[in-house]
Amino acid sequence: MQGKLPQRQGLYDSAFEHDSCGIGFVAHIKGTRSHDIIRRGIEVLERMEHRGAESADNKTGDGAGILMQIPHELYRNELPTLPGPGLYGTGMVFLPRETGEAEYCIRELERVVDEEGLRTIGWRDIEVDSSVLGKISRASEPAMKQIFIAGKNTEDQAALERKLYIVRKVVEKKIRDSSLSRKRLFYIPSLSTKTMVYKGMFMPNQVRRYYRDLSDPLTSSAVALVHSRFSTNTFPSWDLAQPFRLLAHNGEINTIKGNRFWMSARESSFASPDFGSDIGKILPVIEPGKSDSASFDNALEMLYFTGRSLPHALMMLIPESWNEKNPIPEELKYFYEYHSTFMEPWDGPASMVFCDGRFVGGTLDRNGLRPSRYVVTKDDLIVMGSEVGVQTFPAERIAYKGRLMPGKLLFVDMEKGRIIPDEEVKRQIYTQKPYRLWVQLNTVNLEDLEVKGEVPVSMEENRLHEMHLLYGYTREDIKDIITPMVETAQEPTGSMGTDTPLAVFSDKPQRLFNYFKQCFAQVTNPAIDPIREELVMTLTSYIGEQQNLLEETPRHCRMIKFKNPIFTNRDIEKIRSSDSPGFKSITLPMTFPVRNAPGSLKRAMDALCASVEDKINEGCSFIILSDQNTDRENAPIPSLLACAGVHHHLIRAKKRTRVGLIIETAEAREIMHFALLFGYGAGAVNPYGAFATIHGLVNKGELQDIRYLKAEDNYIKALNKGLLKVLSKMGTSTLRSYRGAQIFEAIGLGNELINDYFTETVSRIGGIGIAEIEIETLLQHDTAYNSKPKLKDSQGMYQYRKEGERHAWNPESIYFLQWATRTGDYDKYKEFSRVVSKQNCSPHFIRGLFDFKPQTPIPLEEVENEKKILKRLTTGAMSFGSISREAHETIAAAMNTLSGRSNSGEGGEDPERFVPRPDGTFTRSAIKQVASGRFGVTSNYLANADEIQIKIAQGAKPGEGGQLPGYKIDKNIAKTRHSTPGVTLISPPPHHDIYSIEDLAQLIFDLKNANPKARISVKLVSESGVGTIAVGVAKAHADNILISGFEGGTGASPMSSIRHAGLPWEIGLAETHQTLVMNDLRGRVRLQTDGQLKTGRDIVIAAMLGAEEFGFGTATLIVMGCVMMRKCHQNTCPVGVATQDPELRKRFTGKPEHLINYFQFIAREAREIMAGLGIRNFEDLVGRSDLLSVRAIDHWKAKTVDPSALIHVPDDGEAHATHCVQTQIHKINDILDVTLIQKSSPALSMYGRMPVSIDMPINNTDRATGTMLSYEVSTRFGEDGLPDDSIQCTFKGSAGQSFGAFLAQGITFRLEGDANDYFGKGLSGGRLIAVPPEGSDFIPEENIIIGNTVLYGATSGEAFIRGIAGERFAVRNSGAVAVVEGAGDHCAEYMTGGRIIVLGRVGRNFAAGMSGGIAYVLDNDGTFEYFCNKGMVELSAVREFEDQDFIIELLQKHVKHTSSAVAKDVLMNWHDYLPKFMKVLPLEYKRALDEMRIAQIEAKLARVREEEQLGATY
Amino acid sequence: MGDPKGFLNIRRQESGYRPVEERVNDYGEVEKLMPDDSRRMQAARCMDCGVPFCHWACPVGNIMPEWQDAIFRGNWKAAYDILQDTNNFPEFTGRVCPAPCEAACVLALNDDAVTIRQNELAVIEKAFSLGLVVAKPPLMRSGKKVAVIGSGPAGLACADLLNKAGHTVVLYESSDGVGGYLRYGIPDFKLSKEIIDRRINILLKEGLIIKTGVTIGRDIPSSDIRNDFNAVCIAIGAREPRDLSIEGRSLAGIHFALEYLTQQNRVVRGDVITEQELIRAYDKHVVVIGGGDTGSDCVGTANRQGARSITQLEIMPKPPEHRTESEPWPLWPRLIKISSSHEEGCEQMWNISAKRFTGDGGMVNTISAIEVEWRTGNDGRQIMTEKPGSDFELEAELVLIAMGFVHPVHSGLVQDLGLDLDSRGNIKIDNNFMTNADGIFSAGDSSRGASLVVHAIQDGRLAADAINRYLIRDSLKQSPQC
Repeated sequence: MQGKLPQRQGLYDSAFEHDSCGIGFVAHIKGTRSHDIIRRGIEVLERMEHRGAESADNKTGDGAGILMQIPHELYRNELPTLPGPGLYGTGMVFLPRETGEAEYCIRELERVVDEEGLRTIGWRDIEVDSSVLGKISRASEPAMKQIFIAGKNTEDQAALERKLYIVRKVVEKKIRDSSLSRKRLFYIPSLSTKTMVYKGMFMPNQVRRYYRDLSDPLTSSAVALVHSRFSTNTFPSWDLAQPFRLLAHNGEINTIKGNRFWMSARESSFASPDFGSDIGKILPVIEPGKSDSASFDNALEMLYFTGRSLPHALMMLIPESWNEKNPIPEELKYFYEYHSTFMEPWDGPASMVFCDGRFVGGTLDRNGLRPSRYVVTKDDLIVMGSEVGVQTFPAERIAYKGRLMPGKLLFVDMEKGRIIPDEEVKRQIYTQKPYRLWVQLNTVNLEDLEVKGEVPVSMEENRLHEMHLLYGYTREDIKDIITPMVETAQEPTGSMGTDTPLAVFSDKPQRLFNYFKQCFAQVTNPAIDPIREELVMTLTSYIGEQQNLLEETPRHCRMIKFKNPIFTNRDIEKIRSSDSPGFKSITLPMTFPVRNAPGSLKRAMDALCASVEDKINEGCSFIILSDQNTDRENAPIPSLLACAGVHHHLIRAKKRTRVGLIIETAEAREIMHFALLFGYGAGAVNPYGAFATIHGLVNKGELQDIRYLKAEDNYIKALNKGLLKVLSKMGTSTLRSYRGAQIFEAIGLGNELINDYFTETVSRIGGIGIAEIEIETLLQHDTAYNSKPKLKDSQGMYQYRKEGERHAWNPESIYFLQWATRTGDYDKYKEFSRVVSKQNCSPHFIRGLFDFKPQTPIPLEEVENEKKILKRLTTGAMSFGSISREAHETIAAAMNTLSGRSNSGEGGEDPERFVPRPDGTFTRSAIKQVASGRFGVTSNYLANADEIQIKIAQGAKPGEGGQLPGYKIDKNIAKTRHSTPGVTLISPPPHHDIYSIEDLAQLIFDLKNANPKARISVKLVSESGVGTIAVGVAKAHADNILISGFEGGTGASPMSSIRHAGLPWEIGLAETHQTLVMNDLRGRVRLQTDGQLKTGRDIVIAAMLGAEEFGFGTATLIVMGCVMMRKCHQNTCPVGVATQDPELRKRFTGKPEHLINYFQFIAREAREIMAGLGIRNFEDLVGRSDLLSVRAIDHWKAKTVDPSALIHVPDDGEAHATHCVQTQIHKINDILDVTLIQKSSPALSMYGRMPVSIDMPINNTDRATGTMLSYEVSTRFGEDGLPDDSIQCTFKGSAGQSFGAFLAQGITFRLEGDANDYFGKGLSGGRLIAVPPEGSDFIPEENIIIGNTVLYGATSGEAFIRGIAGERFAVRNSGAVAVVEGAGDHCAEYMTGGRIIVLGRVGRNFAAGMSGGIAYVLDNDGTFEYFCNKGMVELSAVREFEDQDFIIELLQKHVKHTSSAVAKDVLMNWHDYLPKFMKVLPLEYKRALDEMRIAQIEAKLARVREEEQLGATY
Repeated sequence: MGDPKGFLNIRRQESGYRPVEERVNDYGEVEKLMPDDSRRMQAARCMDCGVPFCHWACPVGNIMPEWQDAIFRGNWKAAYDILQDTNNFPEFTGRVCPAPCEAACVLALNDDAVTIRQNELAVIEKAFSLGLVVAKPPLMRSGKKVAVIGSGPAGLACADLLNKAGHTVVLYESSDGVGGYLRYGIPDFKLSKEIIDRRINILLKEGLIIKTGVTIGRDIPSSDIRNDFNAVCIAIGAREPRDLSIEGRSLAGIHFALEYLTQQNRVVRGDVITEQELIRAYDKHVVVIGGGDTGSDCVGTANRQGARSITQLEIMPKPPEHRTESEPWPLWPRLIKISSSHEEGCEQMWNISAKRFTGDGGMVNTISAIEVEWRTGNDGRQIMTEKPGSDFELEAELVLIAMGFVHPVHSGLVQDLGLDLDSRGNIKIDNNFMTNADGIFSAGDSSRGASLVVHAIQDGRLAADAINRYLIRDSLKQSPQC
């Protein structure tokens, strides 16, 4: 490895790596330096070890480090000639180990120092102990030396600091551009007069042992800022360890590509008085080839050195949300608005800690998804960390405890010796300049611009038809996409996945848009819920010429502002006709002459780019690219090609920021089209063709009673909603940061095309070039102007059409499969298999491009038996609710008979199914799924699993949540989901306990505790980079990883998600397998895949690409009678499979035997193929991609594809395991629960059941306490658990994450101290009590006591918390009852049942997505209404006695358990407090309760009448 | 889709036939039309399937879900546009198609299929009555000339599309009326000939040149045809009937079905047939040999002519009433079908093999036959054996042989042009419908063997497409190869 990332090979690419981590700092607020601070800092690091990761050697960490003030005494001791503190700069230099190269670097560095007018004082050797390193880390260990630099003249410290920055930037570039073979090792962690960084590829506990300096008592600092890294990186490297020069980052920047491009585009306009002509020396600002965090540090550092303060720069890069839902000062909003006109947010989850030697602090992004807690002691220490409990202080020493809040700054000025509150820091900054005035005077609202006269929308009928043909509008586009958008203002929904060929395999001319797939967040960063969490999202943006980033002038905000980026014809006319200064526009035709083909398109693109540049030089601020002028002679340039091509050309020409790019095209019509245009740089888009189409529909009366303006408005609304959804999938909050961020990957586009027009977009299997795009465009042009069919094409993209797009599930494949499995006729199955394979080779799926290399066959008898293969087969996750009970149980019964595994899906399972029925049928699902909704996930549910699957994403809609509409929820479904009949259930897009990879590790740990016997599996969806994510997942100790293809089915999903998000499994699986092998982690996990698998041949190929197990979803349904109606979301399935309608369910004809036949056929066929390949055991197939060859294809587009990277055998393939050979080490053998279980044995005994009482200390490394104990309870006593208080435990200290997770009925946990995140996750009947420790004298109700995401998915039980909780208290609670004394943002989000009382203030977005349960909030200051998201709930005073009784009773309990002062006060003065209570009741829940009540009354009435009748009879 | 739950709430309702006692006295169409509202309800039963098996099973690929949705919404124009796009002559198929679509309808899995054929008919008839079906001559002529020989459904469809594509098309027909089997094979009570004329008028207005009474190879030398046109499409049908070569076959009173049906259609048209030529069933014991559709047309015609009795013999076993496992949905099942003609009176017998005709004075009066049994041989083929002692006799004064057709007539055109034949004696064509002679194409029964009208139409359409490509030598639209 030699200290550098491996070369890109096969499907591995280091560019995909992510990281996240544990961060923190310890500081003395008054700035008193001591060695103790360093010691504490390192201890913080070590106590978060579980948040870091270790590699295959179990000894190499992903990186850890510490940033401190320069320990002057230490250095002075060794170098007596050193000038005084602040008069010299120093830093460590990582060097190549090879002496010659190291010397070269040293020489260069010294030369640059000299050139910049500074002086090298000397060098110091750093004493290290390499023996503590793991093998992998050691292999890449650099040589190290420390340099000391002074100014030649006695310059001021700021100037020297700036010079050092220039020196570092210059020398970095020099070495980067040199020809050294190990130049990647050269790295300067810090070079400053103030701070010093020690870091490397360590596990946290290695930091101190490696650097001798850190143990030296002379090493002192007032601050120690630390970071430990958990990267999905396969090959973490020394330079990417953190902290960086100014900060450490826990999070992920989703829009990093765009941010980097924009930064580079801006560089040409940089000018700074402090730098003068030196400004060029700091370019490029962003060091190439580093991590997102490193790039962020680069940007921050540049803004800092060019004159902005740290908080100012941070507020520019990660602005908090400032729309009307956010309670911040107006002036601050203007500050944000001003800056947002020229700096896009660096968007993504971020918890940052920063330090420049004087100031230290932390901040959270607008979503605040990364936990950050702090404690301030009475003797001026502040300790901040990702977890509480990283430093232990006696209770009486604590002054107060707090947490970082979304968008807020924690800011310590060690010179002034105080913590400056967020409002104060920000006020200083937003009052520096008259931002409000500047914005008001210069920024123009689009809606305020005038346009004279009528702007036409309609098109004459012939022209409209021609336009439809030219841009390939189909009847489906009109009927299934545009019409629903216009009628409902929503994106249409579909079901059952997509089974059409990739665009590059299609015989039909394709829009260029179809060659792209959306990227989405999984594991390493959370998706956002664009509906329920709209307060952080916005489409507002600006268009115009950007000014010098390093200055602030009124001109900077001379921009046009608009709230939605879809321009009507009127809007674009406003821009076109505007003649005010700075707003000059030009329209350029986006067309190419037909007669000059071939080559015409390429030439037209070149000409277009050149003329855009000319127009910029002439002073245009808006470039409108328009395809209005197409005709018989001129064909349209695909709008995406023109947009991306011009965008990238301008970035290369460094002119991109000087103009706004507006696309006027008839081509764009569906959400994906717009998302792509914005993702590749468009500022706004005018879809005049779609508008004309809608106008035509309105005119012909084909829409129901909608006038045009309303129709247009609906259409734009639907697009906007859809765009927000696409943004949120990747965890992106603002269109400004999304623009140009290229959060897409291409599939089927060739390298040259990508490099020229879609620079840095991932395209894994190559594909077509501009010549083929030209042909496709011309085919369409020919249709429009020559063959001119009377009707638009029907297309058949969504529904099968004979002449339309090919579908893998077509009448033939469906009926052959049903025929074969019903009659048990293997010959018929072979016919099915033949039809499928032939179609796959058309080509249709990527696997169709492969052939088996001929081998020497062996007799069939020598191949392992069918049973062993059957064990590898599973069915897809389909919930009871999405499919009927009959179908769900049929699958389970079949799979249990075969020893395969069926999957419960996300909907709980009736405990009655956990035992075999008297007739022997066993309908328990072996795989229990845990999805973001956590419906019915109880301790007992988990205890009854062979495998627990964490669904991170679903193939048909990765990055999105789901919704089970109320009308589908009958009594039975409600029961298994622990919800209320008729109440809609929402699955959030992210798991609220997985915002990062270390969170996933935690959930895996929780679930392993919840059922130590079950395998833990993680379901991911194929996308580029999934391999590196899988590495993280493997390091997080998953036993199984499932790579799902994007083709997979769904009960309901937005149309654009079904088709345009995710990749085929072939690519994701191969990448995952290769990356795991390279990293030597493959042997630790089993890989599974699914997505349109149908035959034995399919599974053999999948095995060769790396899978050990195989899932079948759609095929399973088809065997049971599904005929691909694609009506699952309408509840009208005519064969009783995907419906809850009792009439339709009667039509279900599926039998377990049919499925048994099917899977046996597959196994039989696989054996036959294995015999032909000479393979005896299935295991020997896994990862044998060398047995595959790429077939020559003569399809005109498909032949440009090269899938050979999929069958690449990684370099280390020989040495490392290529299938699972060992089990994961879960580290659950010596946890606290083992002791608890031992001590609880009297209560667990099946006979005695003696109550027990236990006292234990606890600290933050004790995680998931109580979970394994609950498993023991559930396996013995089932859902009912134990009698109340059978096991009572009291813990003292700081509890680790997931305290009391899945706590079963009968267990009571009392915590005296505080707790981290995920307290009471999945509470299953137990009782949790949290109180401050004895001796503390801070006021409980003003201090945070438990972390974020408390009671997530709780189904029953109680929680009493004396103190404040973090964000997302009681999220998705469906049955627990809780009292808390204050809560952060998003409290009661997605709640579906249970009741909570909040006796204090809450954060923003209370009750978002809350469909059930009741919350009572004590609204002391009358502000609650502002903080409540009233989308689904109503607020009322507490009037009913029933409510009053409930509150009083629960508060009495709260007092009993916690001695709460607030609760006592409330109870004592009940009548004063009563009017201050607000009741939050979801409307749907209210209706359901009313209905239940009415049903009760009716039943009673019926009885009364019956009795009356009886009376009359006698 | 208009009504997502329509199929749950509405029952299948057929438009039905006129009463037997009324209809047997005339040659008017027996099937009725339904009021628009009821028709819309029937269309609402369509579930707009993700995989519309009806559309797949339909040889011309009618897109039922789309036009049925349009019917439901009352948008007859849209329904007509979509229907017309895949089917040149819905007014023919809407009347005579056995509707493989309905067999494949997803509703037919566990309910009654949508009344697709009648819905189709309703669309086209509505379109005519609304004046939507009008001539649309091509705007430009390509200058290429194509001869289409034979004016049955295949030839008509082919000629129609080529004409619309702008080529100059001459349609040759050897008999005196256009339509082939449509005109002379199908009785008027199933397809009124005005329906054909109505369509032909439009085709003529669109510039199609039709020459009837011209037999190529006799009136015009076959070689001229090839030389005078850029391409030729042969759609002469499969007119060589399968004969029953048993004793007494040469007796008078034994006719091929087509002779009989053709004559009756001429009579209805008003042609005068001489007494010697006239084949009459009046007051006779009629025996129809062959249990197919042609046979049942003979039954219906004989009833109208006042036959004393009608017996229909079929050598194969009686088909089942319901689907069997060997012909699962959505395949076309061989089921017993009671046609409107059978309702009008007829005895049907299965497993019967005719052995001998006997007669009196050269006129047939008796048929001797025997019952047979079928079993499956080792090679999977069906083997027939006679059941000893089961022979019987039937009175038979008029015998109509409706045993199908073997292949096109070879003499004349086919031989003149030296066209290759396949093993069954049909004209051999490649994937592009071209025969072994360059530029000479063939479509319909003449190359596929006797089959349904709808297959003929589809062949004609595909051949037209191939000929069009041949004419403009389009190289871009290549089809993928596996």
